[in-house]
Amino acid sequence: MTIEVELAGIGKRFPGVIANHDVSLRIRPGTVHALIGENGAGKSTLMKILYGVQPADEGTISVDGQHRSFASPTDAIEVGIGMVFQHFMLADNLTVLENIVLGAEKLHGIGDGARTRIKEISARFGFGLEPDQLVERLGVADRQRVEILKVLYRGAELIILDEPTAVLVPQEVDALFSNLRELVADGCSVLFISHKLDEVLAIADDITVMRRGTTVGTADPRTATKHQLAELMVGSELPSPETSERTVTDQVVLALDGVTVTDDLGRDRLTDVSLAVHRGEVVGIAGVEGNGQTELVEVVMGMLRAASGRITLDGQDITRLSTRKVRELGVGFVPEDRHRHGLVLDFPLWENRILGHQTKPPVVKGPLLNPAGARTDARRIVEEFDVRTPGIGTTARALSGGNQQKFIVGREMSGDPILLIASHPTRGVDVGAQAAIWDHVRAARREGLGVLLVSADLDELIGLSDRIEVVLRGRLTGTFDPSQVTAQDLGAAMTGGSAA
Amino acid sequence: MKRIAYSLAPPVVAVVFALAATCVVIAISGGSVGAFLSTIFSVPNDRILVNIVNQSSLLAISGFAAAIGFRMGLFNIGVEGQYIVGSCAAAFFGGSGLVPGPLNILATLVVAILAGAAYASIAGVLKVTRGVSEVISAIMLNYIALTMSGYLVQRYGVKAGYTYATNDLPPSSQPLGFAILPGANDVWALTVIAVAVAAGYWFLLARTRFGFDLRTTGASASAALASGIGVKKMVVVSMALSGGVAGLVWMPAYFGSVHRFGVPENFQAGLGFAGLAVALLGRNRVPGIILGAVLFAYLSGQSNELQRDGIAKQVVDITQGIVVLAVVVAYEIVRRRQSRAEREQVSEELAATPAAANEGEAR
Repeated sequence: MTIEVELAGIGKRFPGVIANHDVSLRIRPGTVHALIGENGAGKSTLMKILYGVQPADEGTISVDGQHRSFASPTDAIEVGIGMVFQHFMLADNLTVLENIVLGAEKLHGIGDGARTRIKEISARFGFGLEPDQLVERLGVADRQRVEILKVLYRGAELIILDEPTAVLVPQEVDALFSNLRELVADGCSVLFISHKLDEVLAIADDITVMRRGTTVGTADPRTATKHQLAELMVGSELPSPETSERTVTDQVVLALDGVTVTDDLGRDRLTDVSLAVHRGEVVGIAGVEGNGQTELVEVVMGMLRAASGRITLDGQDITRLSTRKVRELGVGFVPEDRHRHGLVLDFPLWENRILGHQTKPPVVKGPLLNPAGARTDARRIVEEFDVRTPGIGTTARALSGGNQQKFIVGREMSGDPILLIASHPTRGVDVGAQAAIWDHVRAARREGLGVLLVSADLDELIGLSDRIEVVLRGRLTGTFDPSQVTAQDLGAAMTGGSAA
Repeated sequence: MKRIAYSLAPPVVAVVFALAATCVVIAISGGSVGAFLSTIFSVPNDRILVNIVNQSSLLAISGFAAAIGFRMGLFNIGVEGQYIVGSCAAAFFGGSGLVPGPLNILATLVVAILAGAAYASIAGVLKVTRGVSEVISAIMLNYIALTMSGYLVQRYGVKAGYTYATNDLPPSSQPLGFAILPGANDVWALTVIAVAVAAGYWFLLARTRFGFDLRTTGASASAALASGIGVKKMVVVSMALSGGVAGLVWMPAYFGSVHRFGVPENFQAGLGFAGLAVALLGRNRVPGIILGAVLFAYLSGQSNELQRDGIAKQVVDITQGIVVLAVVVAYEIVRRRQSRAEREQVSEELAATPAAANEGEAR
């Protein structure tokens, strides 16, 4: 079983956005092909096109030399293309077998035929899955294997993996890679989407780099260095996020003291974290996604409760305060996921100006809303933060990601905050908006705000921060001076490669 | 102008479609389509007109009760049970004459609100503490409400004809209706509750912080949480609020003509479910709910005359059901269109600024 897939000149437009243009890519049979690029480079769109989730506006897909067009994932599966999404699509209360046969009952039935087939695939690639185990009992890595088994069961020969390592710890990554090698040895092809260069170099046979919606080059993993790949990914004309003069004061605005957060199962998500942010200081948090950054932000914001430890804001204990109280005390919050946490997409911009500020003038008057005040202030944000929108009555959903994000940043800087918590503030925004948001973070720092910056973009962290803390498996494992550190050092610390 | 067309088109299309479908059913079952249409579209006589106004008020209150839940993202199917409990409690209290004269009206309304709110809170509390879906618990509670009120009336009520009912409302506490049409019945005095509830609903949602929190939670629970809204508390409070309004549903009829409570003779069941339909039809907006309530009351009012033509009056239930189904579909189509149109408009207006085109995000 082998499959050869070639994409040529793929283009895809969304209103106001060119997501892909002139993308070309050839996946050789029996290889791992890595597709790398920053967040927002257009990788997701490309995959969705290849998997039939969205149609391309232009360009062709050919499989084994024949032109194909996919109206839905069913068509893609039929020719042997399967995809594992970053967010698993499994039913927790069903068994492995039930999850796998769901929707594919015609292939081998739902009984012993299917069970035999699942055991066979699982044994051949070393997955170690039991067909009758409940999925809710499985860990993340096993769930991922169930997802892979699901597409293999449906006869996929090309498996698209969307950032498969984002949710895994390093040992699990190694296990995944050995599974992938088995697959490739068997003739399957893998399209491996990632922005982690170490992993790409470790597993890939071919590398294609995407930037700003198009393929900008290919590399040979045997000869390429991380530095070369990084340059290809970000391009040379990338605006640099350098901060100039030091404005750090000795006034502590946010202090965490021995904070531990546990999840529902009693496992530590954050362990004994102590951290101080001073006025006029940007503290960057570096870490591989899923190592506790989200919990760190949420525990400060009062969205999660600390199991132990103490958090103070400007000397006041906020450990047990609600999110609303924390916000009232002057914390601006740019959340990681702007669609889920930062905006109500169906509300107009001026109503989104109220969101998170429901107790602070000028958008409210006592228990009543102040629509006039909210409108005026929304207009101010649109102007000052260069939000490209026809007006403040436009729903948030209609704006592009960059403009949504600029609006959120503007809103969170309103009302004289003393601390700004920014989670991945430039993720998935265009270069123009990115530069603007960086400017605003710098301005905030100059005005004496403390800034807690969580980002996966190491250049952003190095460029903006006064100090970088590395978080690994829920612990702060190292402090770096951004003027001395390189992205490579940070990368090593983030993966536990070298102790700092 | 376009906005108005967008919001009016779906219900109009839905009504036309529903009437057409009803005609098909009548034709298949051998009835006269012509007679059906001419009766439905005939000018109602004075008696029916008053009935339509009275029934509209009940349906509108029920619609607002359901809409509070919908705006919060809760499906309060328990309006039915909540207004039974509210009505039962209110009728026991009102009939006891503990509070003299007209003041009794006010006190009884308060009892109705509190009883409805308390009953709805059961579902709300179960949802936030035990994760029980409010739909499931409310459906169960509907049955309990009906059975329990029947039991209470039989145990503590008085014999009224062949069944039992609560004590009659003292005459000094019976408000005078509005004699709008001479010769016909009065329009119930407490139809004004519907107007008050409509005004209160609009003010709460559009003008208060609490209303904003409620709408936000309904539109995006995750954004609500991040913005500092206590989502669990909102669930309990808005469920109670919805139930409190539900408690009032039957009050215009109680004070206007029935004056006692007892299932099934001295009560009008089914208003809670009809209210859900009215809220869906009216898209949880004030004018929509009022128009929806009037439409439903109109269809029911005219249906009595259908029997004269040899058509079962229940065919309007078919019409009402199809209206709701059709309008939900139509609203969704319009919503998608509008959303796409807005995106396109935004990108057109911004086409002059090329910087926006670099965006690679496809979410």
